Amino acid sequence: MSTPHANAMNGNVYATEGGAALYGMMAEFDTPADLTHAAEKVRDAGYADWDVYSPFPVHGMDDAMGNPPTKLPLVVAAIGLSGAGLGMLLQWWVTSVDYRIVVQGKPYDAWQPWVPVLFEIGVLFTAFTALLGMLAFNKLPMWHHPLMKKERFLKVSDDRFVIAIEAADPKFDPQKTRDLLAAAGGKHIELVEE
Amino acid sequence: MTTLHPDQHAAGRLAGLVPDPGAPRPWDPVTGDGTLVDDAYGRAPLVLGDRSFGSVTDTVCGYVEKGPGRWWMPTFLISAHVAALVPLMVGYLIITGVGVWGLNNRIDWAWDITNFVFWIGIGHAGTLISAILCLLKQKWRTSINRSAEAMTIFAVICAGLFPGIHVGRVWMAWMLFPIPNANGIWPNFRSPLLWDVFAVSTYFTVSALFWYMGMIPDFATLRDRAALRMLQQGGPVPWSARLRAYAFGLLALGWRFSQRHWQRYEKAYLMLAGVSTPLVLSVHSIVSFDFATSILPGWHTTIFPPYFVAGAIFGGFAMVLFLLIPSRELFPGMKDFITLRHLENMAKIILVTGMMVGFAYSMEFFIAWYGANRYELDVFKNRATGPYAWAYWTMISCNVISPQVFWVRACRQSPLVIFLVSLAVTVGMWFERFVIIVSSLAQAFLPAQWGMFYPTPVDILTFVGSCGTFLTLYLLFMRFLPMFAMSEIKNVMPQANPHAGHDHH
Repeated sequence: MSTPHANAMNGNVYATEGGAALYGMMAEFDTPADLTHAAEKVRDAGYADWDVYSPFPVHGMDDAMGNPPTKLPLVVAAIGLSGAGLGMLLQWWVTSVDYRIVVQGKPYDAWQPWVPVLFEIGVLFTAFTALLGMLAFNKLPMWHHPLMKKERFLKVSDDRFVIAIEAADPKFDPQKTRDLLAAAGGKHIELVEE
Repeated sequence: MTTLHPDQHAAGRLAGLVPDPGAPRPWDPVTGDGTLVDDAYGRAPLVLGDRSFGSVTDTVCGYVEKGPGRWWMPTFLISAHVAALVPLMVGYLIITGVGVWGLNNRIDWAWDITNFVFWIGIGHAGTLISAILCLLKQKWRTSINRSAEAMTIFAVICAGLFPGIHVGRVWMAWMLFPIPNANGIWPNFRSPLLWDVFAVSTYFTVSALFWYMGMIPDFATLRDRAALRMLQQGGPVPWSARLRAYAFGLLALGWRFSQRHWQRYEKAYLMLAGVSTPLVLSVHSIVSFDFATSILPGWHTTIFPPYFVAGAIFGGFAMVLFLLIPSRELFPGMKDFITLRHLENMAKIILVTGMMVGFAYSMEFFIAWYGANRYELDVFKNRATGPYAWAYWTMISCNVISPQVFWVRACRQSPLVIFLVSLAVTVGMWFERFVIIVSSLAQAFLPAQWGMFYPTPVDILTFVGSCGTFLTLYLLFMRFLPMFAMSEIKNVMPQANPHAGHDHH
């Protein structure tokens, strides 16, 4: 429980009746279709700091939320190709500079035999970047989150669908946000403490 | 069609249009469990039993939370004792020397490399299912990918054992890797044996990353269920639930099913599938280079890379079926996820890859004759009629003849027949590697080099021990980790479609 702090944009300080800082507001939905329609409404209302929680990635949800495409593939491509380049450099340095031995009378700098190892090292870098990059972009691992203290939220990993809007959002307003979520079909609308 | 398609049935029940049947679906003589429909308008349902998302979670998590049943502990104890043969035999080998194996000056690669290639091949089905079928958008992969990926990892562990101990002086095995050392010696980057080191270690690492990443959401589900149990339990919380909440909580890395996370997760998964696909093809190609780049007749052929890859997928699918068919009998409710259609699809892959392997066997003979290389032709004549003819014909009957039963619909739809064929194929694929490696070395260029290979008890028990290791690891996986990718299974269920309830999809 942390002390209430001001919303960066509108300067309002939100706290629950118990005096705890407010993380935001969550609402539950029954089906992927309800969730998608509600997400479209929240998107159109202009919210920025909010998220949708579902037991599996719902088809078309990125459009419904208006999420921009992720930059992860660019990072993975850059690091994967650099890894392959490092693999090439290692083999060139070992084979033609530091440890020149005659193998079957072939030139020291023939690049063809380096292709398999070059490929494998490139794949290794790509795979590590894909996993670690995904975690880094998602700010994981993070073994705590205000939503995880909510008993109802723990059912998302089973079969519930949740939309949570953060109090840090400039458009957040305890009453208007609640009305929006209710109009979008949200059930069990609750405040979430920080 | 007057009857409802099973997909419509499930969607209708959730919308309240069709009453809940309550009882399991009756056995249909034509469609079996309901999945063997030849309906051009729709696809067979991927999950049976009119399941809701919650019932998928309950069943899959139940395997971890309640345990698989009474059969598990005796099976585990037996296989763990068999697995203990590996440290015993390897310890004896290291203390005494490679002379405890049946290797000799003529046949210097035998069971060790046969076992290596056999196990590394088993792994290939897992990556095929998780990566290639993912790129091809084959939704039926979702219920078998987790266990097949587990088999990949355990098979590569078994495979990695053999080249490590076959180098003779095991304590020098680190020199396989390019590690700066006081002797100033580097590995030879032009050797296929070194490429193999990189291929196999990359394959193991990438498979493990892929497997772990797929399990993150399922770990989070198990964590949340254990946490809910701790919150809702009135009295003392059982230690097992507390342990699950902490262990799975740690492994789940704080995954909270956010859509912004899912977006990057799906992209990362796709990229891993994208690099795993050429990776899996490269691994067995590089394994085949170990042989193909030598000048030994019977090894020195350009057909080896595709032939080895097809054989690896063939043998790997056989192992997947060999373990999944008993599992679906032993675990309650598993037949709803691994349906007869899944088994039939895999039987068809066995048939196709078996035919590819059969084509490769005959092409080797054709080229031996057409290539007019006297030594090569003699090697192949000897393979079919010489001292190792028994091994050759075992291989042909298991790998080429036995899968032909799958041309008959009733055979590829019968779990028992599929099980027996997959057993035959597993045996046949071991013999394939034995035939390639040993029969080629047994009769090389000069008659003075000719001789036979006889395995010693150490050879045999090390291989038996590796089978025990594989099974032990798989049993531990079945007991303690989520056997199915729950989030992926939920995603291919009809009610996951955000347009469910409309007439069109």
